[in-house]
Amino acid sequence: MKTDLSRRDFLKTGSALVISFSLAPELAFGQAKPAPLPGSLSNNRMLNAWLRVDADGTVTIFTGKIELGQGIGTALTQIAADELDVDLKRVKIVYGDTALTPNEGQTAGSQSVENSGTAVRFACAEARDILVNAAAAKLGVGAAALSVSDGTCTAGGKSVAYWDLVADADFKREASAKVKPKPSSEHKWVGKSILRRDIPKKMTGGAAYVQDVRLPGMVFGRVVRPPSPGAQLVSVDEAAVKRMPGVIAVVRDGSFIGVAAQREEQAIRARELLKKSAKWKESASLPPSGEALYEHLMTKAKSVDSVVNEKTSATAAPAAKTLNATYTRPFQVHGSIGPSCAVAQWRDGKLTVWTHSQGVFPLRGDLAQVFATDPANIHCIHAESAGCYGHNGADDVALDAALVARATGGRPVKLQWMRDDEFQWEPYGSAMVMKLSGGLDAQGNVASWTHEVWTHPHNNRPGARDGVNLLASWYLEKPSKAPTPADPPMPTGGGERNSVPLYDFPNQKVLKHFVPEMPMRTSALRTLGGYANVFALESFIDELALAAKADPVEFRLRHLKDPRAKAVIEAAAQRALWQPGAKGDGTRGRGFSFAKYKNLACYVALVADVEVDRASGKVRVTRAVAAVDAGQIVNPDGVVNQIEGGIIQSASWTLLEAVRYDRTRVTTRSWADYPILHFEDVPQVEVVLLNRPEERFLGVGEGSQGPAAAAIANAIFDATGVRLRSVPFTPERVKAALA
Amino acid sequence: MTTITVNGRRHEVAASPDTPLLYVLRNDLELNGPKFGCGLAQCGACTVLIDGKPARSCSVTVSAAAKGAITTLEGLGTMEKLHPLQRAFIDEQACQCGYCSNGMIMAAKALLDGNPRPSEPEIKQALNAHLCRCASHNRIVRAVQRAAKEMA
Repeated sequence: MKTDLSRRDFLKTGSALVISFSLAPELAFGQAKPAPLPGSLSNNRMLNAWLRVDADGTVTIFTGKIELGQGIGTALTQIAADELDVDLKRVKIVYGDTALTPNEGQTAGSQSVENSGTAVRFACAEARDILVNAAAAKLGVGAAALSVSDGTCTAGGKSVAYWDLVADADFKREASAKVKPKPSSEHKWVGKSILRRDIPKKMTGGAAYVQDVRLPGMVFGRVVRPPSPGAQLVSVDEAAVKRMPGVIAVVRDGSFIGVAAQREEQAIRARELLKKSAKWKESASLPPSGEALYEHLMTKAKSVDSVVNEKTSATAAPAAKTLNATYTRPFQVHGSIGPSCAVAQWRDGKLTVWTHSQGVFPLRGDLAQVFATDPANIHCIHAESAGCYGHNGADDVALDAALVARATGGRPVKLQWMRDDEFQWEPYGSAMVMKLSGGLDAQGNVASWTHEVWTHPHNNRPGARDGVNLLASWYLEKPSKAPTPADPPMPTGGGERNSVPLYDFPNQKVLKHFVPEMPMRTSALRTLGGYANVFALESFIDELALAAKADPVEFRLRHLKDPRAKAVIEAAAQRALWQPGAKGDGTRGRGFSFAKYKNLACYVALVADVEVDRASGKVRVTRAVAAVDAGQIVNPDGVVNQIEGGIIQSASWTLLEAVRYDRTRVTTRSWADYPILHFEDVPQVEVVLLNRPEERFLGVGEGSQGPAAAAIANAIFDATGVRLRSVPFTPERVKAALA
Repeated sequence: MTTITVNGRRHEVAASPDTPLLYVLRNDLELNGPKFGCGLAQCGACTVLIDGKPARSCSVTVSAAAKGAITTLEGLGTMEKLHPLQRAFIDEQACQCGYCSNGMIMAAKALLDGNPRPSEPEIKQALNAHLCRCASHNRIVRAVQRAAKEMA
């Protein structure tokens, strides 16, 4: 990517309808909060923040979200093209950029279509109305008389195009959201599997990623992380490294060490030598591993306890039979195939960072704190990287690059983590314990339900209120304060995400034991607590169904009222030819599961087929069938891709994955220490979409992760009669359980 | 100075002979196809062909690579003239992030060169040592099958 340094030129486009965008009009002190607008329009209320029409016949959409391989850029442009009545080819998109786009916080929580898509839809509907009125005025006809085709407004043989109205149509105004978006029957692009716009360059070696950013005079950086969390640097031989060929700078600040060199391999060699000579003071700060970890979480770690949800019924029948079960999940990694990377450049006290952070604005805020400067002096620009699946090293490496770039005399620095940096230092998905208890009445219906969850934090991203969430900042001579760990509140929740059953139980109680102390740094991994809670909840439903001598599908249906939940369950059962009463044969089995992600987003029901090799303990998921209701579907293949990928990634988490560590160091350093699912073990996946064009968008990116885990556990039980409650189901564990 | 042949063209590069080929391709030749994934030949993201055989460019020195003809993703086709594998990966939407796609396509190229009509198990076997974290595996297999059909 030969990046033009002056992105300001982009703003200066003379022929644009919009010269620059404005943020929400400032509110006078004491003025009432403005009325909510749809999606992210609420916090970014100016129309011109969202789109621009240019005299060259193009439309540019500005989103605060970023492309991370989920296809959001394609979906958003489909929505825009439909509302504006223009050909999709005319629509360009600019992703998260602190100088150009609205601030939409993080690209997370499967909310990009819900929030950004809704904002783009309403902004474009209103923009079309403004354009059509401007056209009507110009042509001297009534707006109602005009028809619009690909941006050209026509009435009575006269026509004018959007591109000729640049001077007449004013988007520099607050959105009203009063122009109704089109009904789905008029959609030309939404609802179609449009090929993703980002893929062709990725398949041909085009500049597609932050790793492909190349700037004049750019040098290469690497970072030397401590051998263990919290370790302090005692000494390091900087002089020897400074003499190495190509080395430009060695940056030592407290316990942070970074290096810049002319060539990438020189920076890597310098890192190796620095690692060799560095002496550290380490401490045994890590928790126990294996089963002892869960005991530690439940009994030794200090927790903040709260009731997440409680429901009681005075009239419900008492429980005639009670079951208890405890489920666990270890620390797991995001494991991006490309280690985190950033490009940073300082010029005249101003910092520019090309980053794959999921939130360019929160990152800018945290960087500003570290460098004690005004956020206006920092420009964060989104550039894609390998899939992240949550909060990996993206933000941390941006600070690393910025720290090293202070020592290169204005030359930009591209800094990529090595594989072991990523495995040892990315924030992990929290280990969790879920303790469930359920009572059945005499009819075999659930009379009572409790779900207790022990969890570390799931959201330690930049943008916290009271500190800096960037790794290197805590190791500097003058360290930043790590923020007080928080967990997102319900209804989405963090550690308790998806812990409240969607089923209709007369008595239920959900408790959270939030353990803020993080001997292992944890943060957002795809679904947060949703994966583990759904694994536990949906395994336990099967355990209760068995105790009630009921078919798992029928048992779920009888406890559900939501017709959309029932519909996906029925669709999955039907497609998979679910047979009530069918039993596994000792090695092959089938399991069911269901969840509505966050109890707010897409509905997913899933059937998994497994084969268990009883001799080795190896479990293979051979096939998965999912049914999905994501409300109105913008890009069907995009939804299938997310659901399918989620199932297979979840199968990998569930069968294989756990971070290895001793009491001092993380010992997972390479893929050899952290096996993931390979081609030969990947299941066939079928996805049934229940499109509901009249319903609002429901986020889909994380919907299948939890259901896949539970369906696998339920299938293993069906196959073998053995209930596995501790992820991952490695061959050793399965063999031991079968013995 | 080392002379290497990449995509049919000779290049003189000022890298020390023990430099991993990957950095020469990415930084001296400014090729984006091969990616840094692990530096340990474990993931496959950096795969190129040397004399038609797949090689992990993170773990081959430039001096060793100089003995053969190197082909990268860029050498297969361009946006204007796509190789059937590239077109099939686009048509099958065979990625999410696409960071592993380079290795998948290069390994598939070597497979199809030796076995123009591979079975599904043969495709999976040929790609088994390539990691994909977004879990686009089934799409990738379909793309290879599609390309094989087209090239037949």
